[in-house]
Amino acid sequence: MTVRISITVNGRRFDRDVEPRQLLVHFIRDLGGFTGTKIGCDTSQCGSCTVLLDGVAMKSCTCLAVQADGSEVITIEGLAKEGQLHPLQEAFWNKHGLQCGFCTPGMIMASHELLRTNPKPTDDAIRHGLAGNLCRCTGYQNIVRAVREAATAMAK
Amino acid sequence: MSSRIFGSGIRRREDPRLITGAATYTDDLTMPGMLHAVMLRSPHAYAKITRIDTSRARQAPGVIASYTGADVNLNAMPCAWLPPNSSLKIAKYPTVAVDTVRYVGDIVAVVVAETPEQGYDALELIDVEYRPLNASLDPQKSCAPGAPQLHEDVPSNLAFQWTVSGGDVDAAFKNADVVVKERIVQQRLIPNAMEPRAALAKWAGASGELTLWNTTQNPHILRYLTSVVTGIAEDKLRVIAPEVGGGFGCKIPAYPGEFLAIFASRKLNRPVKWTETRSENYQATTHGRDHVQEVELAATKDGTILGIRARSWSAMGAYLSTAAPGIPTILHGLMLSGVYNVPAIKEDVYGVYTNATPVEAYRGAGRPEATFIIERMVDKLAAELTMDPVAVRQKNLIPKFENGHSVATGLTYDSGDYPGILKKLLDHVNYEALRKEQAAARTAGKIMGIGVGTYVEICGLGPSQVASAVGFQGGLWESAIVRVHPTGKVNVFIGASPHGQGEETTFAQLVAAEIGVAVDDVKVVHGDTETTPMGWGTYGSRTTAVGGAALVLATRKVKEKAKLLAAHLLEAAVEDMDYDDGKFFVKGSPDKAKTIQDIALMANLSWNMPPGMEGGLEASMFYDPPNFTYPFGAHLAVVEIDGDTGDVTLKRYVAIDDCGPQINPIIVEGQVHGGVVQGIGQALWEEAVYDANGQLVTGSMLDYALPRADRLPNIEVLSTVTPSPHHPLGLKGIGEAGTIASTATVYNAVMDALAPMGVKTLRMPFTPERVWRAIHAGGKSGGN
Repeated sequence: MTVRISITVNGRRFDRDVEPRQLLVHFIRDLGGFTGTKIGCDTSQCGSCTVLLDGVAMKSCTCLAVQADGSEVITIEGLAKEGQLHPLQEAFWNKHGLQCGFCTPGMIMASHELLRTNPKPTDDAIRHGLAGNLCRCTGYQNIVRAVREAATAMAK
Repeated sequence: MSSRIFGSGIRRREDPRLITGAATYTDDLTMPGMLHAVMLRSPHAYAKITRIDTSRARQAPGVIASYTGADVNLNAMPCAWLPPNSSLKIAKYPTVAVDTVRYVGDIVAVVVAETPEQGYDALELIDVEYRPLNASLDPQKSCAPGAPQLHEDVPSNLAFQWTVSGGDVDAAFKNADVVVKERIVQQRLIPNAMEPRAALAKWAGASGELTLWNTTQNPHILRYLTSVVTGIAEDKLRVIAPEVGGGFGCKIPAYPGEFLAIFASRKLNRPVKWTETRSENYQATTHGRDHVQEVELAATKDGTILGIRARSWSAMGAYLSTAAPGIPTILHGLMLSGVYNVPAIKEDVYGVYTNATPVEAYRGAGRPEATFIIERMVDKLAAELTMDPVAVRQKNLIPKFENGHSVATGLTYDSGDYPGILKKLLDHVNYEALRKEQAAARTAGKIMGIGVGTYVEICGLGPSQVASAVGFQGGLWESAIVRVHPTGKVNVFIGASPHGQGEETTFAQLVAAEIGVAVDDVKVVHGDTETTPMGWGTYGSRTTAVGGAALVLATRKVKEKAKLLAAHLLEAAVEDMDYDDGKFFVKGSPDKAKTIQDIALMANLSWNMPPGMEGGLEASMFYDPPNFTYPFGAHLAVVEIDGDTGDVTLKRYVAIDDCGPQINPIIVEGQVHGGVVQGIGQALWEEAVYDANGQLVTGSMLDYALPRADRLPNIEVLSTVTPSPHHPLGLKGIGEAGTIASTATVYNAVMDALAPMGVKTLRMPFTPERVWRAIHAGGKSGGN
């Protein structure tokens, strides 16, 4: 059995027949071809699959594609506008906020949510805000620095 | 500018693709006609397969094929580190279990389907009957009489027995005023590279060529081993490590998954991809550590160390993974002297088969365990003698040396200033004031602890002759090709395979610094056996220490040829030539210089070459180091414990490391951050727990406690610079340093905090429950 749904990913509309059990993250990667969104676990712990669903961050492995019918998804590929990196992307680059890069798309999208809800976070607030995203390379310290720099840049 | 590029903290050139989602990891790859392999894994730790029937699965929608152990004709999985004089017994490790499963996660059958979902659905339709057997998990008990035997040809489950010995240990203990003892449990850990493992195999039937994309730290070794397991000739095999999302050791070995993808691709003549789930990763991607050690340290009453005697039982899991036997032996036992004068050392190591996931290298690989032993025992000695732990360290440290110091285990450290780095640490934190602060905190009822850890590590693996002597079935040199194009742009091809460490940037910095091109004009190519020279891979903090040396020397060859050609073009004698920042000129005439770009063009055109000089501007280097490198450091942790809950808060962490000169200090700092946090994870939170039946209780990220951002302080990172005397630039390596130091440092801090309650020993990780119980049991705690 399949269900016809329509999801817009990074401004492109995808009308597709999907199995009801299909996760949003698989829709994004396999049908949308946006492989920047990563799958790092199967228990919604790692946050590598974090995307914006109608502007709000969510782990796209916790959502069925059919639940996102009619929604607009922004992934890491949709964050830069007209070749201009988003301040978060720029800050992760400046502050060496990534090493292997696998958690990075989810980490940046979660940071996007953090700054949307708290534009001037303390380091402590950044650390708590990102506690749902796992990184094994950086020890988080440069990620905290990056989010702080992005917050400053975005406040200007 | 180029002369200052060495040591500059420039941004990484890897990052633009990674921060925009443009990078391609193995699982991101797709191709026409691609099929998906999924694995049925054993739910039992030890059982006989009495019946297996895949007929229903084969009829399921989308299923193209299924294979059991009887169908797969691959050679057995290879073990490639064979420690000598160890009575090594390599049990047969089939890619798919034939009649016996030996750990939860052992592959029982493979299904190949049009989609992964169809494959997983079909797994449900495979009928398997098992006759469960008693499992054996504890390495000490598994080699004791009466334990279940895992492999017919391995009595007592003893995979190997290895001894390191130097100096007169018996005399040391006979002459000792004090002997301190400890039983140490180095718990089993799950590496948790954020990218699960994946493989995509594409067989080209017409040409008999096979391309494998794989999440590997060492594509050249994998090609070699793939040839052994599949029988495909190496020249027909191409292994590509695309973007690789972290390794930490677990992506060194070869695994059944990639070979089964190859097997299926050949059978079906279609591309086959296999990607593990995180649950599979926890069950079947290699784990780390899992040792039990009984250690004694002998000393005089003034705190002088006389000797160390230890026995170590190292669980290997159900089979020997590719490099596993070398970890608890060579990389561990030889490092037991640490930064100290220890006249006599003896350790007996027992490698034991257990009904658990095979172990492998895990960040630090043997060296954290060695560091833990010596650093823990030094603190025990201090407690026994009521001396300050720092004073005991200072009493026993090897004095500063610049060109070689031999220790009892037979190694010759390259260079070190251990007293200097410890002093820098004490000054930085104002150690005396910190101890006073602790005393005041204790008076105020707080539970505060200070831990100090010093370390030296062996890395930059290593001289190939030594590799041979210690049974490593490979060379350990590294390679680089430097190719200067007609426009003066440079491609560098390296045999090592970075996967997050940033060598695309730092290696470009090395080339830029050597021949004066802009760093942006150098592109570093790695990870593809078809385009890069043979190399042994990225692990053991060796890419910069060995591969970097190969690159520097290859670049110097290019520079030497450029100088000859410049002299010819300027009609000057070579000995009259001078060089500065990318320009070659006759001494005293810098205005008539030939730039490296001018020379690259002329070399590639070859219109006017000196007699006998070949065209092109390119050089290669296969560099075999004369010794290992020995980075070192001194770390300090401050913890506070909530007496009501047992919760440990890490209040402060200071890391001072010496990896020699730093190509890019920002990247060095990042390596330290990550390494330190991984070691903190072992001390405070992480453990792979099996129940008595061999079920992995911590089977997901819900149950296995990884470090999270909100549980960590900002780490203070400092450094000293002691060049290695044998590396062309003095570089030593920094990948594992943090992990090697931090577990023992944090452990010592927690034990220091609990000392007033009479707690003398406690098993890691320091979960709140364990700490709370220790506080309430006081000196009566069961400890390790």
